[in-house]
Amino acid sequence: MSAPRTLPASRTALTAVLLGALVLLAVATLASVTVGTRVLSPAETFAGLLGHEGVAATVIWELRLPRTLLGLLVGCALGVAGVLAQAVTRNPLADPGLLGISAGGAVAVVAGSAFLGLGAGIPRVLLALAGAALATAAVYLFASRSPEGLTPVNMTLAGMAMTAFLAAAVSATVLLSASTMDQYRFWVVGALDLPDPAVLLPAIPPAVAGAILAMVVSGSLNALALGDDTAAALGVAVVRTRLLAGAAVVLLSGTAVALAGPIAFVGLVIPHIARALVGTDVRRVLALSAVLGPLLLVTADVVGRLVARPAEVQVGVVTALLGTPFFIWLTRRAKERAQ
Amino acid sequence: MIAAPPRTRRSPRALRSLLPRPRPRSRVVAAVLGAWLFLVVVTAVALSLGDEATSPAALWAALQGRGPENTVYAVLEVRLPRVVLAMVVGAAFGVSGGLSQSVLRNPLASPDVLGISAGASVAVVAVIAIGSLGGPVGVVPVPVAALVGGLGAAALIALLALGGALRGRRILLVGIALSAALTALTQFLLTRIDVYDAQRSAAWLTGSLNARGWGEAMPVLVGVAVLVPAALVLAHTNRALLFEDDVVAGWGVRPGRARAVLLVIAVCLAALATSAAGPVAFVALVSGQVARRLAAVPDIPPLLAGAAGASLVLVADTVARTALPSQLPVGVLTGLVGAPYLLYLLQRRRSTRGTP
Repeated sequence: MSAPRTLPASRTALTAVLLGALVLLAVATLASVTVGTRVLSPAETFAGLLGHEGVAATVIWELRLPRTLLGLLVGCALGVAGVLAQAVTRNPLADPGLLGISAGGAVAVVAGSAFLGLGAGIPRVLLALAGAALATAAVYLFASRSPEGLTPVNMTLAGMAMTAFLAAAVSATVLLSASTMDQYRFWVVGALDLPDPAVLLPAIPPAVAGAILAMVVSGSLNALALGDDTAAALGVAVVRTRLLAGAAVVLLSGTAVALAGPIAFVGLVIPHIARALVGTDVRRVLALSAVLGPLLLVTADVVGRLVARPAEVQVGVVTALLGTPFFIWLTRRAKERAQ
Repeated sequence: MIAAPPRTRRSPRALRSLLPRPRPRSRVVAAVLGAWLFLVVVTAVALSLGDEATSPAALWAALQGRGPENTVYAVLEVRLPRVVLAMVVGAAFGVSGGLSQSVLRNPLASPDVLGISAGASVAVVAVIAIGSLGGPVGVVPVPVAALVGGLGAAALIALLALGGALRGRRILLVGIALSAALTALTQFLLTRIDVYDAQRSAAWLTGSLNARGWGEAMPVLVGVAVLVPAALVLAHTNRALLFEDDVVAGWGVRPGRARAVLLVIAVCLAALATSAAGPVAFVALVSGQVARRLAAVPDIPPLLAGAAGASLVLVADTVARTALPSQLPVGVLTGLVGAPYLLYLLQRRRSTRGTP
């Protein structure tokens, strides 16, 4: 598969990598709380985190902490969803964006705000989840009814077709209405500046449910990597594994779309980076991706706040611009297996 | 490692005799003929539809320059340029998608996924943004910007993927990554400009044939006339590349160079088509897959992919032109028409074993 030929890391190496990633994540989180249009000193940060009065406390509790939490949640969801999507389709190029899942959520959100005037919060989370679920179900049905059955190629193709169909529907909505275009262009980039911290709450239950499902199916996904027949011979319920993993992808990427817009690239890149570091075991890749996803997103958000002060560059833009060179370096480094 | 087989140059014809015959040969021929017949019918329908429908007899007369003056004008001056443009753009995208999918052995390896469209898009939106933000308006014409952007992105991908074999995953991964970065830049530029400029950009980004004619069609027509025959000459090489590299080398074909040549043809076709009509969504990807499924062979016949692309763009543009509000360009329709058709084909045809 896509993994470079690294030997499976030993348990201590895995622990070291995970710990290192966690330390980096802690640093990034701290930076996200202190750094912005106004950079706080360590003392100010400490006082602001403890107290509830003063400018520092307001900035931290009202703006930066919710935003950082959002980054952590969305990054984690996207990283884990990417691992699951690639494992289920056995396609290293798959991610929620490619399978039509993000597009489903995005269409539902855009239509909801254009035609029904629905805002952020619970309605948006529900809309995004419903859209993502419908798109996934359609892709699954179309792909599984083909004569060859549910092959990775068919699933990816059906996903691409669904994405193109839904993207065309969004284009039509946006091209017909300048006001929708005006909102859409800011949302579609992917940004973490929340209008209201309260919209974070309704997204937490589906994200947690998705994460739990991911942990449950990760072992079976390892068997699925060997092919359907081998997996079945090993006693894995192939269809059930796929359905559960699909449900987890829907929950996670639907939540991410509702909160931050369709941020591309995190779901594609993070699993590749994780595999390069710890080998191909889905459980290990999953654990590391859950840390690397938020690391990438929070770092990108901090960078986006700094490069164009006092204005901001949206996190989706920074993610892609930061992630691309690193990803290309990684693919160049990885020796392609001789065919 | 196996010792490298001795390299002997072979003419394309000699290569053909070495290759195993494609199994359902009659099916390929039937599919190509059927697709071209369909294209002819669609062309006739497209030429006769407009503000006022033209009957088949009147259309035949108008094409020869006879009949009422306003009918002749509508058919020859208004509809014909746009129909020709739709056909050549679609054919260029289709052949390009078919070539890249079969050379890289991946159904997703179409120029829009590989970043050619993204490169063209970022260049065009940058030009529009310069005008929108108070710089000189229209220093670089949009088609030129698109061509430079598309070819630039392709060169960058080639450079970044250099050192790896042109087959397989690396070039695809690099292309997708670069594509994501360029798309992010495009979206960023869209948030910085005036909303009406943003909407104008969005129409170009979807792919549109509105207000275009011979001026845009000619460069693509010339490109198609040169590059598609080249692809046809190399068809046997393309088919040979489906085998293992050692085997191919034994037949006297250098696999690396053959892939590079075929990919350059694909990239040039896609960049030319994009410069004329914008990155018309999904055409390259869907045409290659439709052609492969109709012919049921793993190497995608360029004539079939071209006909599929031309038909798709022509049908979509005719519907957009005659039945929809003018803000909705052809690119909206190619997704809405092409995607369900691909899903339908996925259900029905048993495709041959083989990767693309």
